[in-house]
Amino acid sequence: MSQPHRKAVLNLYKTLLFLGKDWPQGYDVFRKRLHKVFSRNSEETDPTKITTMIKHGEFVVKEIEALYKLKKYRAMKRRYYDDNN
Amino acid sequence: MARVLVGVKRVIDYAVKVRVKPDKSGVVTDGVKHSMNPFDEIAVEEAVRMKEKKLASEVIAVSCGPAQAQETLRTALAMGADRAIHVEVAGKEYETLQPIHVAKILAKLSQDEKADLVIVGKQAIDDDSNQTAQMTAALLDWPQGTFVSKVEKTDAGLTITREIDGGLETIKTKIPAVLSADLRLNEPRYATLPNIMKAKKKPMKKVAAKDLGVDLTPRIKVISVEDPPVRQAGSVVPDVDTLVAKLKEGGHV
Repeated sequence: MSQPHRKAVLNLYKTLLFLGKDWPQGYDVFRKRLHKVFSRNSEETDPTKITTMIKHGEFVVKEIEALYKLKKYRAMKRRYYDDNN
Repeated sequence: MARVLVGVKRVIDYAVKVRVKPDKSGVVTDGVKHSMNPFDEIAVEEAVRMKEKKLASEVIAVSCGPAQAQETLRTALAMGADRAIHVEVAGKEYETLQPIHVAKILAKLSQDEKADLVIVGKQAIDDDSNQTAQMTAALLDWPQGTFVSKVEKTDAGLTITREIDGGLETIKTKIPAVLSADLRLNEPRYATLPNIMKAKKKPMKKVAAKDLGVDLTPRIKVISVEDPPVRQAGSVVPDVDTLVAKLKEGGHV
């Protein structure tokens, strides 16, 4: 990992770990998978590729947040509002 | 510019399968994941949005409960509340804490803090009481907007759209008022890690219910808490005659 991206990558990893605490299949599943993905790409040296991957990571963060929101909204809707549909 | 007081409750997380204690005195809460009541998240979000639209000057989050209630308050602060008040209620008193007590606490605090608007979730997902907003409004003698799915500021006060049976109702209220948030009011934001870290620096005041002059004597007694009835297993019948016979037996034909 080249130094300029070190902070961004670490931040991304921490953010994802934090999000993993609410993962439906459990934190451990999430953490292992996350670690695998990060370590697989840890040898990458091309700065443009690293930037693309960080962008993708940030996109995944947004997706997970949206997933949690939707999951909660649906659970509430099913419990309190869905009488006939 | 209004000051908004938001009530938040720490409840068992919505995704947890709730188990009843063997002695039927309540549900198992030890070692179970807790989080902020989803309807209260919506209430916090609405208050924070009001602040972002410059309709509110300050958002104060309030929670009544044991020391862990502070975690819930941190979440509210991370979502954008300015400061928090933790009303400490622990042990036996917390077990019998009812909406009437919370309403009295909220009413007292909104007078002390000179709040112009109180927003709470319409109900908590643990006891489903749906009483706190109504009682708070009554105690303060303020107008109430319950089951709110839309709030707009109009010159003299608020225009509120309420969810009622089979439709929507639009009402106008003056300020100060008490609102209770319904599911469709907004989409609460996620409390991100950096915001939770920043929230640790925001002020949190701790008060005891006694100092507010609120009597926490229980008004009700829990007799028994039971699991909902389990669905009976079905059975396969060999032919139509047996089916008809069984239906007659069960009184369905």
